[in-house]
Amino acid sequence: MEMPKPDDAVLSNRLRIADDLRAIVPGEGVIVDEDERRPYESDGLTAYKTSPLVVVLPETVEQVSAVLRYCHENGIKVVPRGAGTSLSGGSLPLEDGVLLGLGKFNRILEVDYDNRCARVQPGVTNLAITKAVEADGFYYAPDPSSQIACSIGGNVAENSGGVHCLKYGLTTNNLLGLEVVMIDGEVIRIGGKHLDSEAYDLLGIMTGSEGLLGVVTEVTVRLLRAPETVQALLIGFPSSEQAGDCVAKVIGAGIIPGGMEMMDKPAIHAAEDFVHAGYPLDVEALLIVELDGPAQEVTHLIGSVKEIAESCGAVSLKISESEQERLGFWAGRKAAFPAVGRISPDYLCMDGTIPRHQLPKVLSRMTELSNHYGLRVANVFHAGDGNLHPLILYDANIPGELRKAEDFGGDILKLCVEVGGVLTGEHGVGVEKRDLMPAMFTEIDLAQQMRLKCAFDPDGLLNPGKVFPTLHRCAELGRMHIHKGKLPFPDIPRF
Amino acid sequence: MTQFVPETAEQLKDAVAWAVAEEYSVSVKGAGTKAGFGRPMETEHEIDLSKLGGITLYEPEELVLRAGAGTPMAEVTAALEEKNQQLAFEPPDLGFLLKGESAAGTLGGVIATNLSGPRRIKSGAARDHFLGFEGVSGRGEMFKSGGRVMKNVTGYDLCKLMAGSWGTLAVMSQVTVKVLPKAEKERTILLYTDDPAVAVRALTDALNSPYEVAGAAWLPKALAASAGIDLVSAEESGVAAIRVEGPGPSVEYRCARLREAVGVLGKTEELHSHRGKTLWTHIRDVMPFAAAGDSRVVWKISVAPSEGPAVYRQVLFLKGAEAFMDWGGGLIWLAVDMSNGDMDSKGGAETVRDIVAKSGGHATLVRGDGRLRADVGVFQPLAPGLAALTRKIKNGFDPHGVLNPGRMYDGV
Repeated sequence: MEMPKPDDAVLSNRLRIADDLRAIVPGEGVIVDEDERRPYESDGLTAYKTSPLVVVLPETVEQVSAVLRYCHENGIKVVPRGAGTSLSGGSLPLEDGVLLGLGKFNRILEVDYDNRCARVQPGVTNLAITKAVEADGFYYAPDPSSQIACSIGGNVAENSGGVHCLKYGLTTNNLLGLEVVMIDGEVIRIGGKHLDSEAYDLLGIMTGSEGLLGVVTEVTVRLLRAPETVQALLIGFPSSEQAGDCVAKVIGAGIIPGGMEMMDKPAIHAAEDFVHAGYPLDVEALLIVELDGPAQEVTHLIGSVKEIAESCGAVSLKISESEQERLGFWAGRKAAFPAVGRISPDYLCMDGTIPRHQLPKVLSRMTELSNHYGLRVANVFHAGDGNLHPLILYDANIPGELRKAEDFGGDILKLCVEVGGVLTGEHGVGVEKRDLMPAMFTEIDLAQQMRLKCAFDPDGLLNPGKVFPTLHRCAELGRMHIHKGKLPFPDIPRF
Repeated sequence: MTQFVPETAEQLKDAVAWAVAEEYSVSVKGAGTKAGFGRPMETEHEIDLSKLGGITLYEPEELVLRAGAGTPMAEVTAALEEKNQQLAFEPPDLGFLLKGESAAGTLGGVIATNLSGPRRIKSGAARDHFLGFEGVSGRGEMFKSGGRVMKNVTGYDLCKLMAGSWGTLAVMSQVTVKVLPKAEKERTILLYTDDPAVAVRALTDALNSPYEVAGAAWLPKALAASAGIDLVSAEESGVAAIRVEGPGPSVEYRCARLREAVGVLGKTEELHSHRGKTLWTHIRDVMPFAAAGDSRVVWKISVAPSEGPAVYRQVLFLKGAEAFMDWGGGLIWLAVDMSNGDMDSKGGAETVRDIVAKSGGHATLVRGDGRLRADVGVFQPLAPGLAALTRKIKNGFDPHGVLNPGRMYDGV
């Protein structure tokens, strides 16, 4: 993974920069000592490590603004970081970059039930929002599996998903407002407690921008009332085709489940060995279908899903009879990543999305690739929305095996694009998928995205080296090559 | 003025590239149904997308539909209905309001203006169902963003930027949207009340219940009477309406519980089947202000729902004002008299924008003559920082200001 060449002038000024930053963030908020910087050298994508120039942990918006203004004026790169759980290296530090940690922004500022929203600081964890409102019967819908640890600011940056996206949407569908500090220190407010400000949708653009456009210092999230009942089915199939067929028929019948997850045989076995969830071991694919709503509705829909599953050749089917049993169904799925971590020294977690009907093709190609690379793969799949998480098992201690795993992963993602899907459904591009972007986008597509970045950060100081495979100067991107002349298209109908 | 009617994306690209090279401004038109909405523009040429129509992909089980930007909404709706599906954001037909006749426009137009109806509060806006597009930027270059899948975070979400950009950044040739099943059944609970605060209390209680409300509106007495539905006008009072959708048994159950809950605030009734649909279409299409001869200025005001009643009361002091609320109190549709072209009143612009600025929100001038729209602008004026950023974004897509110049703001 090639990162932008570090700026020697900045590197040699580390101590002076730290002093300057201390004038903005006093006390222990500036970390320069090598050992103390080490905990920040990696995020959830642990295969990559870089020690940052300096770590700064501001506590106020004014400090964030002053830090950014300082970096802007001095041409110093900035990498924003929330809880550091990104799976794509979104907060991987730069040697010559200030790592701006938002961890101290950890307060819930306001809960406003009448407007069904909460105003929170970006360092608040995803789960903490739900915890703060659940006693009153509310929750925050997006639930990435890292929700205990991941911060809402990071969720905004990555447009995080979770298992309930099909029905409740991703982060972008659950936000009302943001406060953002721009690279020059200016603080802007977008949205509020109202819906749909008619202007360019900066809220939508900021969400999923992976820390390249601005630093989020406040988030207004939508709260939802928790459903009365939640019940799940655990359904085993002799083939992934049949499981996929069942998913399509459920949706075709007009049912949008709260969650619909699929696991393949290796994932089922790893999970069962780890948490003993009671999963059937003799099936090729396992579906968890969760329905939520009033009891009447859930009972009605459980009946419909059961009927469909049986018609698709289900060989085992359990319906949760208690909350404990439902959580048991999920226990294996939620532990799937660590479970795979137990059976392999290391694993890479991929994150493509495919049109659902392509699943059998993608799985069979993946088996071929697995044989080709000699690396095992286990699959968990947000089946409702086509988001696939192949887990590639490897051993980093074997020379060359990480590289092989990365190549395997790259082939899987290119396959996702080839069948009409995308490189990443919820983990972000970061550094991990950066160099695969040309598989999905033309140079013109990417240049247009970069021009959007130029509007926010013309000097390219925010999180450079992420998302875009090649960096271009904004002046160069702004240039136009115009060919004047006669109307070159005599065939367009005109009036 | 030449009107170009490209039949292929390639022709569209050529036309824009030519305009860019010659520095001509062009207006972009789908079916032209929203020509009277947005800031007035004078452009040298026009691009008409009506020949870039047709559904190119529809997979009901994958909940996805792709079509040319110029595809008439009627065609999209008909295809979806055949499979018992819909665009869940409930795009309004503003034709009655703007032109005195039904004119739902094109799919591209609906996306470009990010228009959503009463179900917005439950299912999201147009932008939330917009998965991908291909189009031509104001640089004359063909580009794409997004895709056809529900979950996608690959690169910046340019779909969000395109939705609601009013054709000022790029001309879309093709759009892909998420579609959803239609509900098996719908019912509407009516609560008779003249007090907007009581109404919003009821709507808030309903929205904060676990009963998944899919519409929450209030009409004052005079507007309830004009809806032409016996139960709505029966009590000669204002009416709060709460819509519930879903499988049959669930709807009946939720309806009963909601009626119990809001029943403490006043007398209630229930609308079944087509009468409920009539009411929500009436609200969706802003029919209370679409009667023949009604030429009042119409504002769409979006605020925090709890601010709804206070904002409602303040705007009612404007000349000849009438208003009603949707989105649980968060959306106020306001009609203000500006007869005889009384430009001094500016259609209440200063008052409306002041009130909105204080309460936090957004006011859009949806109907008004060209002079008024040019004078006071159509969208809520942006704070200086946001205005500068908006210009820079525009500049990145359309550096010469070729596409729909000035449609949103001066120079944008």
